[in-house]
Formats: sequence, structure tokens, C-alpha cells
Amino acid sequence: MTETVNQYVLENTDFQRLLDALIKRGYQVLGPTVRDGAIVYDVVESLSDFPAGWTDEQEAGRYRLRRRNDGALFGYVVGPQSWKKYLHPAEVRLLSAERSGQTFRILNNEPAPPRRAFLGVRGCELAAIAVQDRVLQGDRYRDPIYAARREGIFIVAVNCTQAAPTCFCTSMGTGPRVRGSYDLALTELVGPGKHEFVIEAGSDAGAEVLAELAPTPAPSVASEAVCQEAEAAVERAASQMQRRMDTTGIRDLLYANFDHPRWDNVAQRCLTCANCTMVCPTCFCTTVEEVSDVTGTHAERWRKWDSCFTQNFSYIHGGSVRSSAKSRYRQWMTHKLASWMDQFGSSGCVGCGRCITWCPVGIDITEEVRAIQETPASSKESSHGNP
Amino acid sequence: METLEHIIAEHSFFAGLESYYTNLLTGCASNVRFDAGTYIFKEGEEANEFYLIRTGKVALEIFAPQRKPIMLETLGEGEVLGWSWLLPPYQWRFHAHAVETVRAIALDGKCLRTKCEENHDLGYEILKRFAHIMEQRLEATRFQLLDVYRVGR
Amino acid sequence: MTMATAATTDPMLPQPYSVRQVIKETADTFTLTLEPPNGAGGNRFQPGQFSMLWVFGVGELPISISGDPAERDRLVYTVRSVGQATLALVSREVGDAVGVRGPFGTGWPVAEAEGRDVLVIAGGIGLAPLRPVIYEVLHNREKYGRLVVLYGARSPRDVLYRKELAAWGRQRETQVLVTVDYGGLSWRGHVGVVTTLFKYARLQPARSLAFACGPEIMMRFVARDLETHGFARENIYLSMERNMKCGIGFCGHCQYGPHFICKDGPIFPYDRMRPLLEKYEL
Repeated sequence: MTETVNQYVLENTDFQRLLDALIKRGYQVLGPTVRDGAIVYDVVESLSDFPAGWTDEQEAGRYRLRRRNDGALFGYVVGPQSWKKYLHPAEVRLLSAERSGQTFRILNNEPAPPRRAFLGVRGCELAAIAVQDRVLQGDRYRDPIYAARREGIFIVAVNCTQAAPTCFCTSMGTGPRVRGSYDLALTELVGPGKHEFVIEAGSDAGAEVLAELAPTPAPSVASEAVCQEAEAAVERAASQMQRRMDTTGIRDLLYANFDHPRWDNVAQRCLTCANCTMVCPTCFCTTVEEVSDVTGTHAERWRKWDSCFTQNFSYIHGGSVRSSAKSRYRQWMTHKLASWMDQFGSSGCVGCGRCITWCPVGIDITEEVRAIQETPASSKESSHGNP
Repeated sequence: METLEHIIAEHSFFAGLESYYTNLLTGCASNVRFDAGTYIFKEGEEANEFYLIRTGKVALEIFAPQRKPIMLETLGEGEVLGWSWLLPPYQWRFHAHAVETVRAIALDGKCLRTKCEENHDLGYEILKRFAHIMEQRLEATRFQLLDVYRVGR
Repeated sequence: MTMATAATTDPMLPQPYSVRQVIKETADTFTLTLEPPNGAGGNRFQPGQFSMLWVFGVGELPISISGDPAERDRLVYTVRSVGQATLALVSREVGDAVGVRGPFGTGWPVAEAEGRDVLVIAGGIGLAPLRPVIYEVLHNREKYGRLVVLYGARSPRDVLYRKELAAWGRQRETQVLVTVDYGGLSWRGHVGVVTTLFKYARLQPARSLAFACGPEIMMRFVARDLETHGFARENIYLSMERNMKCGIGFCGHCQYGPHFICKDGPIFPYDRMRPLLEKYEL
């Protein structure tokens, strides 16, 4: 890449101005905040809403918040929520209709979603948004609900400067440095007597906001030293990565090992609680529920998150196709890492590690893959997928 | 006009059989006809022949108390009816009911049994062919047992 | 390649079609004729495609279109009542509205069958998604070779489209054979599974396409037997079925291996299905 992007330094004391600039432009700004013992996403309006000085401790089946000894705003990794909370909401009304004689009328009264800015999008999360863009906008049909929410999102990405033990974005090529489309990108540098952000624009909209932050006190052009410090901080995050997933030939491997005994092994541990699908930033399965009033004159159809782990997910008259926990875990993992490639041209996994953290029994997708890789029942190419 | 020998030699069931054997079989064969509605054989009767159906339709039936006769399956043109003549106790297991007028070649099983005992090569050829039919009927019966069009479990 | 409704229409919004006729085919199976709102024509569909039918306040189901593709002013569906939603659907009366989305999915490769013999094998309600193929071939007789229809139902009382079956059998170069798993005293036809009819089919496997639809087990037996009778795997097509909530590839429910039954199917060639069919709980 020949084009050099100017990097600037924004002092922490000026961070509020970034917030204000976005709010002034009519964005509902969403960012991290502490609630219920976790760092979740919600509307943020001031610096005090941010989880300053908090970090997360994550391991398989474990998540705790702990105080840092500094005031970093982004000194945590990823929480249980992802941006799909807003782009592909957990509950959304598809239509509302009323009976009219023998027929019905659909009322076009769905509210338009607000213009939003996402403040604090990690590399893995940015990749996950791109994955869902492909699924919900880039295939045969286009989901208008996703499209309406996705359009015009202002993204402030954040480069990670630390990794959780559950992270494996380096294996999936999604981080810790953000890559993809964003409007602004930040790298936070905190140290004795210093708290600043190296900031750069990734789009015209981002450059425009950055320019507004220019009046005194100005974000100064970052010095060579500061840029290198930011680079090093992101490198450090990469080197902290404890988990790995070798994705070489993983599609054929999983297709060919449908009957591997490891599936029985994981089935003994998996509770089919569906936590992994809820926290996964790329899982997109939904169901539709009918809601009607007592008089039967008004009906609504609601789309809600669903999970392939539920007993009824694969129900057709007579029973469910995937009745056992074994078949459901296998379906999820094979879809995420293998079938997704045939369906959408990339892996469905971005290496965020949420499924490992939030699994109540600590099932680790990287460990499950390794177990099959080490003792494949079959490593020859199978005809499972498209010939 | 088609002779018995010709019909037997051409029938798919006897395909690949040496002409010496088809001659032998012709010696045990005769043309038969059953009017629609009549029974070709009944359950429990001594099984002494088998039939190559040329035209018409035969239903295999079984009677059960308090129920009308149950039709298990039908056999049509080109099919072989009856194998109980081949193995002891040489007794028919089901009724064979001519649903339509049936024209068939009847083969004398008692006679053929004796010849098979004398000539094991012939016996093997006959058994091979019947084994194939039984395999096909078994698979069809298993498929039928699955009751695939039934709703629910 | 299918197009959903017009580019500006949300594929998740049903159009209120009006019930014009309800025919009782058997004790639990009914054929509904639906007309579009404002009498709009242009209800084109490929044989084999399905619609998502919505009963106000009750639920929505994927139902194969079972009508004549040449009749553009209506959509016809044959529905078997097996649960709450299907019961609500078949209980509709003339004039009631039924929400329609679609048509969705891939169709039977009828164009590929031109110049060849066509073998249609149906089991039970599986005859419904195949009926449009039969209409298509009979309306354009000179484009196709022989047409053979083999149909298996559970019992004589479950045979669909009786009069039409008889009429089709009288067309030139057309052979229709019906069998039932369980016979009855007044049934003078074949008794036995549908695969027992293969030996009577008069066509050339080498120049034929076979389209099969019915319960999955039935299709497996059928496909295997067709191969034994000389059909190439890529010339055998099956119509697959899985749970569907959206019909447009977003809800994820209909996945079968890497395939979305709703948009990559429901019609698939057997060579692609064969390695999947034998996998338990796929």
C-alpha cells in the first residue's frame, strides 16, 4: 500500500470531544459500559459511561471484571455482546397486520432505526460485521432489516493492545490490528503520566470528524516515536495470544470426520445451552413467532434469535432430524468452520473466543479442532460438500 | 406361434441357463390360465408347482380372524409366483388370488425337485435365481414395513 | 437462478391471496386454489418451487406449488393436514385470505429434460410438487420423449388426483402406474412399494431424467433402485425437505450439510445428495 495515512494523537482529556462530534452529527453513539459484572454495549454520551480502569479476566467458562491500575478506556478485550446486537437484533418485528373482513392488511408502521456510531470495534468484531454483511446482504436475497441498520454506521475501531487467553484472532487473520472498513481507528496508549490515542481516519466521513477535532487544542500529528509505540502495543497483543487454530484444510477435515469419536466426547460435556451461539458475533440463525391478540383482529410476526442447539431447530413432521446433543454440536462447529466456506467464501469464525469464555462447561473450539486434527478418522477428501 | 420351449428360454428368470436345462424344464412345463377371481393356490395346500406370469395380476393374500382378506402384494407380468415348492415342508404360506385373468406357465415343482437332487449343477442354477427373487422381495417387504407415508412416529 | 418477488418488495412480507376453491383429495389432504390480490397475473413459478403460506395469527409453512405453470392467474397447493398450522390452512374457506411469499427455491430441471424421456416417481404427498412437471410435459408434448409416472400411496384411500392420473395415462407416449403399500378388497391395482413398478416402466434409462419426491427413506430406496436399472446418478433428481422459517436463506434452519434447502434446493441431483443421505442426523 503506497498511500500513507496520517496518524494523530488525541489526548484522553479530549476524548469527550470525539463523542460530542459524533452526537452533534446526529449519531446515537454506542460503546462499552460496565453493567451486571460485564462490559456490554449501550448508548454512551460521556466519558464517565466508559469502563475506564476496568479489564476482563477470561478463560474457558470464566469471565470476571477486575480493576486496572490505570484509567484505560479500552483496557478490556471483548464482552458477551457483539455488534450484532444492533445490526441483527435479538428481537425485531417483521410485520404487524390487521384483519379486514376475510382478508388482512399489513400496516407499514415499522419504526426506522436510528443513525448509529459504534465506538470501540475490535479487529475480530470488524471482521464479524463483514462476515454478516456477506450472509445477510451479499447473497441471493438481501435482508432489509439488516440493511437498514447497517447503512450509514460510523465505525470507530480500536486496535487491541492486550489479548485474553481465549483470543485466537491471529489464527483467523482478523486481528489484533483492525483490517477492513472503518471510519476512525484508535490505539490507546496508557502509561505513567500519559494517556493518549493514536488516531487515524479510514474514510472521508472519518477524516471529516478528525478535521473538526483539529481546532486547538489540536490533535497533533503523531511523531515517529508515538507511532512505533502504538505498533509495539498491538504487536504485544499478538504475542500474548495463547490459543491457536490451524485452519489448513479444515473444511475437508471436518467434512471427512463426521463419525469421529471426538463428537461423542464433546457431546458428554455440551449442555446444548446455546450460550455460544448467543455470544458469537457471526451466528445469524433466527426463528419467527406469531403474536396475536385475544380478539384475533391484530397479528404480528416477530423474528427472534434462534440456535441450532435447540431440540426443535431441525424439526419436521415426525420429529427432529438432529435429535442428539452430539449431532447439534457437530452441526454448529462444522457449519462455523467448514460449511460456511462453501456457503459464503470465508470461515464463519473470527477468533474472538467468546464461545470459549461463555461456555458454562468450558468447551474450547480450538481444542476440539485440534483433537480431530491429531487423530483424524479420515483425512482424505470427502464428497460431503460440493463435488 | 410361440412354443413353451421358446417362452421358457426367453424368460428373464431363466436367462443364462444352458439349453440342456431349458429343455429339461420344458418337459416339466405347461400353459395354464386362471379366471379373474379364482385362487391359484391356497395357504396350507401342498406346494408342487411355481408359475411364470405372462399376463394378468396375482395378489398374495392372508386371512385373519375378524378381518377381511389382507392383500400383501401383487405380482404382474413377467414375475415368478411361488417358491414354497423348493424347500420343505413344501406348503404354501399365502393364498394366491387371480385379481385379473392370469395366463402363466406352470412348472412342475415336484418333478423339478427330483431333478435338482439328481443334478446339483441344475439345483444351484435354480437356487441362485430364486435367491435373487427372495432378496428383491425381502428388500421390498422391508421398505413396505417402514410405512413411510404414515404421519408422525 | 430464481428471482423472489419484485426487487422493491420485502421477501418477508406476505401478499394476501384469496382462496378460490378448496378440494378435498383424501381424508387429510386438500388442494387450495389461491388468487392474487387485485387479480394480478404473472404468478410464474418453476415446477418444484414452493411458497411460504401464512395463516393470519397462526403460522407459516413452506408448501410446494402443485398447479399448472401455464395458469398464471392463480397458485395451487396440495396440503396434508398434519399439525396445527396445516390444519388451519386446509380449514380456510372460499374468500379467506392466505399470505403468500415466494416462489422460492430451485425447480425440477424440466428444460434439461427436453428431447429425453421423463420418469416421475412420487410417494404419498410427493406427487404434489411433481404434478406441475406432468402438466408442463403434457402441454408441450412434442418437446419431450416418453413420460412415465410411477406413484405409490399408502392405501387406495390415500391416492391423490385419481381422475387426473387416469386421464394422464391415456395421453400418447405416456404411462401411468399406481401402487399402494396396503391394498383393499375393492382395489384391483398393484399392491407393493413403488420400486416394484420399475420393471414395468417403458423407457430408456440412458436417455431419461428421473424426478423423485416423497419421504426421504422412499427416495433413498428409489434412487438406489434407479441406479440398478441403469440411471446415472446425475440424471436422478430428488426434492429434499427440512425445517424452514424464512424460505430465503437467512434463518438457517433448512441447512443440510453446506446446502440451504430453500435456496440451493429443494431440488438436488442425486450425485450430490448420495454422500449426505447416508449420514445419520446430518
